[in-house]
Amino acid sequence: MKDRIFRVNMTNLETSIEEVPGHWAGLGGRALTSAIVAAEVDPLCHPLGPSNKLVFAPGLLSGTVAANSGRLSCGAKSPLTGTIKESNAGGTAAQMLARLGCKALVIEGRPVEDRWYSLHVTPGGVSISEETELVGQGNFAVVNAVHERLGEKHGVITIGPAGEMLLLAANISVKDPDGKLRSHGRGGLGAVMGSKRVKFIAIDPSDSQIPLADPDAFKAASRTFAKALLEHPVSQTLGEYGTDILINVVNEAGALPTRNFTKGQFEGHDAISGETMHELIKKRGGKVKHFCHRGCVIQCSQVYNDKEGKYLTSGFEYESIWAMGADCCVDDLDIIAEADHIMDDIGIDTIETSVAMGVAMEAGVLEFGDGPEALRILREEIARGTPLGRIIGNGAASVGRTFGVTRVPVVKNQAIPAYDPRAIKGIGITYATSTMGADHTAGYTIATNLLNSGGHVDPLSKEGQLELSRNLQIATAAVDSTGMCIFTAFAILDDESCLPALIDMINARYGTSLTADDVTALGKKVLKTEREFNLRAGFTPVHDRLPEFFSREAVPPHNVVWDFSGQEIDAFWDF
Amino acid sequence: MQVKVKLFAGFRDGRFKERLLELEDGSSVRAVVKSLGINQEDVGVTMLNSRHCSLDSRLRDGDILAIFPVIGGG
Repeated sequence: MKDRIFRVNMTNLETSIEEVPGHWAGLGGRALTSAIVAAEVDPLCHPLGPSNKLVFAPGLLSGTVAANSGRLSCGAKSPLTGTIKESNAGGTAAQMLARLGCKALVIEGRPVEDRWYSLHVTPGGVSISEETELVGQGNFAVVNAVHERLGEKHGVITIGPAGEMLLLAANISVKDPDGKLRSHGRGGLGAVMGSKRVKFIAIDPSDSQIPLADPDAFKAASRTFAKALLEHPVSQTLGEYGTDILINVVNEAGALPTRNFTKGQFEGHDAISGETMHELIKKRGGKVKHFCHRGCVIQCSQVYNDKEGKYLTSGFEYESIWAMGADCCVDDLDIIAEADHIMDDIGIDTIETSVAMGVAMEAGVLEFGDGPEALRILREEIARGTPLGRIIGNGAASVGRTFGVTRVPVVKNQAIPAYDPRAIKGIGITYATSTMGADHTAGYTIATNLLNSGGHVDPLSKEGQLELSRNLQIATAAVDSTGMCIFTAFAILDDESCLPALIDMINARYGTSLTADDVTALGKKVLKTEREFNLRAGFTPVHDRLPEFFSREAVPPHNVVWDFSGQEIDAFWDF
Repeated sequence: MQVKVKLFAGFRDGRFKERLLELEDGSSVRAVVKSLGINQEDVGVTMLNSRHCSLDSRLRDGDILAIFPVIGGG
C-alpha cells in the first residue's frame, strides 16, 4: 500500500489523507516526527494548547520482516521540557500503521467542547467517535474494551488517567503482542494526547504486505542483519536477564544513583538485580524471554509473576527498577513490580515518577525505602489526581519546586535516568546536550564507557566524552528513524556486517542508493532540526547544563564531581 | 594473598556469586579467569576495585575483582 500522511483535526473533528511531500519521502520514525513538528508547530506555542501537534510515525523499515524494526516514534512539543520531543516505543502499532500505508498520523487542534474521543485507523483513513465509557479508566481496561468492541487483533495506543489529567509525566501506551503495554515514556506526551481529548487510538489489522523495491536484495540483507544481531553476545544476555542485568555492573562501577543521587552504590543492589529477577521468574513460572513486537530476535522483555505465580508485570526494565529501587532505596523487587504495573495502568512514566518520588522522599513526604507508602501514593494520590498526586505526577522538578529541595536531578525539567553523570561522564554530556532533556537513550555512552562496546572510554576521565556522546547521538538519531530497536546498536558498533546490511535493507525497500555517509548526514540533520526548534522555543546554551549539585557534591565511592565547563559542553554542537 | 572475586550473569552457573580466593602473589586477572574455566572471549568487562581493568592487570592482596560477560541494555 502506498505511504501517505493521515491527519486528524480535533478542533473541527475532520480527518484527511495526504500524499507524502517529496522532502519527507525519505524520512521515517524520529526523522519524520521531528521534521513535521519543526515545520508545523510554533516553537513558542503552549504544548497543551491547540497549536501543538502529536505525531506518530513508524520507522523506515517498520512493517517489513526486518528483525527488530517495529518501533514507533511519537513526537510533539513536550509539556515537560518545553523542547521538541521524540519518544520511542515497541508494541504492535508501528508495524500495523506501516501496513496500512500510514507513514505518519498527525493529530492537531483541540476540541472546543468538554468531550472525549477515540480514533480508529483503517485502510480508508481515520474516523473519530465520541468516547464516554472509558473516560477515567486505566490502560488495561482500554485494551480489554477495544478487544471486546473490535476484536483482539486490533492495535491500541492509549492514555490512562494521568494523560487525561494532563500530568507532565503522563505517557502514551502501546499494546504489545500479548495485550500488555509498552510506553512512549518520556516527556509527558500522554498529556499532549489528553489535551487533544483522544483517549485511545484503535488500529485495524491488515494483511497488506509492505512493497519492496528489490525483494531479493531485501531478503539477503535482512538475513545478514538478523544473523549479526543473533550472534552478538549482548543479544543473548539481554534475552536471558533483561535490561536489569545492568544493576550490578553499574553498581560495581559506582555509578548507580542511590538515595536521590547522593550515593553511587546501593546496598540492596543484589535483591533488585537482573540475576535475582531471572531466578524469581524461573521459580514462579513467568517468562524469561518475551518480545515487544513480532520479529524481535533479542527478546529483552519478560513476564514477571508474583509469589503466587500470578502475572504482575512485563517489560520490567532496568530504568524502572533502578528508579523505584536504588533511587528510592526500595530493595524489594515485588514492590517495584507492583509499582511498575500501577504506573503502566495509570499511564505515567516510571522514570520521571519514581525520580520524583525520590525527591519527595528527600523532602520528607515519605521515608526513603518505604515501598508500601510509594504504592499508596501511586494508587490513592496520583491515580486520583489529589494535589500531592499532581505535584508528583508533574515530575521531579515539580516536586523540587514545591518542597524547596535543591538536589533535583533534572535537565530541562526531565528526570535524569539510571547512570550518575559524575561517575560516567560521557552520559553527562548526553544529558546536558540532548535535544530531549535528560535522556540516556539519546546517546548511550554507557555502551563504551562501561560495557566495552565500540571500544572503551574511561568513564571517570573527561577525555573523549564529547566526541563519544556526539557520535552516538548522531548515530542514534539515524537509528531512531529506521524503526530499529536501539539495542541493535551493540551489533552495529561491534559487527562490521551489521550497518551495511541495515542500509541495504533501506535501499531495497525504497529503491534508494544510500551510503553510510548518508546515514550519518541524516542523523546530523535530525539533531540540527531539533536543536533549531529548541533555539526558536527560547532555549540557549545555558540550558545545556547539569544541575549545580553535581558540581558541588562528590558522589561516593569514587568521590567525583561533574567538572565540565559550560564552554566545553557547548563545543558539542561544533559539527 | 587473598582476592575477593565476584561473578555475574551466566558466569555464576556452576561456579559462585562471590568468593575469597587464595592466589599466588602477582597473579593476573587473566590467570583468575582461566582458573575458573571461563572462556576469555566471553569476558565483557572486568573491574578491579570498581575501576575497569584489563586481563593483564596484576592483583594485590585485598583487591575486589568483578568479572562480567558481554552485556548490554539501557
